[in-house]
Amino acid sequence: MLEFILFFLTIVVGTWGELCLGRAMRETGELQRFHPGEAASLLWRSLRVKWIWIGVAMMTVAFFSLLLLLSFEDVSFVVPVTALNYLVGAVGGIFFLGERVEPQRWIGISLVCIGVTVVLIGK
Amino acid sequence: MLPTPEKAPPQKHSPLHFKTYILIAIMVVAGPIGNLLLAKSVREIGHVRFWPPSLVLPVFLHVFGGLTVWAGIACQIAFIVAYMLALSIADYSFVQPAAALSYGVVAVLGYLLLHEKVSAMSWAGIAVICFGVAFIRNTHPRTTENPN
Repeated sequence: MLEFILFFLTIVVGTWGELCLGRAMRETGELQRFHPGEAASLLWRSLRVKWIWIGVAMMTVAFFSLLLLLSFEDVSFVVPVTALNYLVGAVGGIFFLGERVEPQRWIGISLVCIGVTVVLIGK
Repeated sequence: MLPTPEKAPPQKHSPLHFKTYILIAIMVVAGPIGNLLLAKSVREIGHVRFWPPSLVLPVFLHVFGGLTVWAGIACQIAFIVAYMLALSIADYSFVQPAAALSYGVVAVLGYLLLHEKVSAMSWAGIAVICFGVAFIRNTHPRTTENPN
């Protein structure tokens, strides 16, 4: 049961934390051109959006969950499983950010998920 | 009721595509190089002791006194900045899987610079990732409207 909770925190909560960063940046605005001043201003303004801090908190929880998981499970088992975050990211993109994930993108995401798992197992 | 007009098909070489690809390229290169430099700096230092407390300051100065660790931190900052800027213009479900190309960069860097052995299985996985990213590249980077 503890393993399941830790995997949930690592994969789902960790990915959802990144989705919160995405939401924060979406609410902050869009980078119009590559200019250091504009990029810095955009990042600075994003710090005032609550989603950034919620995201950072969730990613911190996920990080420590991963460390805890690695303390009693094999790296060769834990790390490939974390490749599932690409699928969680797509689901979160749809339901949390309102993105449209078309079939071609689903195929690509699934292939990336499989590829990352193969790379991590092959290490 | 009038039918809603169809959106113009996405152009593959729009400024949005260009900005997104540049930012993903920075992520894919800076992330692995940052990890590599930080790993190198930690290995250079070797075993670290924090006890007794009088050792903390010398260890801190030793860790942060090298150029490698700062180069690694700079790369990690470049990665997170590029990630956040990419998310300001493109979908999360586009940027996140595309950034998996970094696995390929890690393998190539390890093979060329550190002469590490990369297994056939890893190369096969990298090929599958590239294939997947090619599929994702064919979709429009942003499918939502910016609220601003």
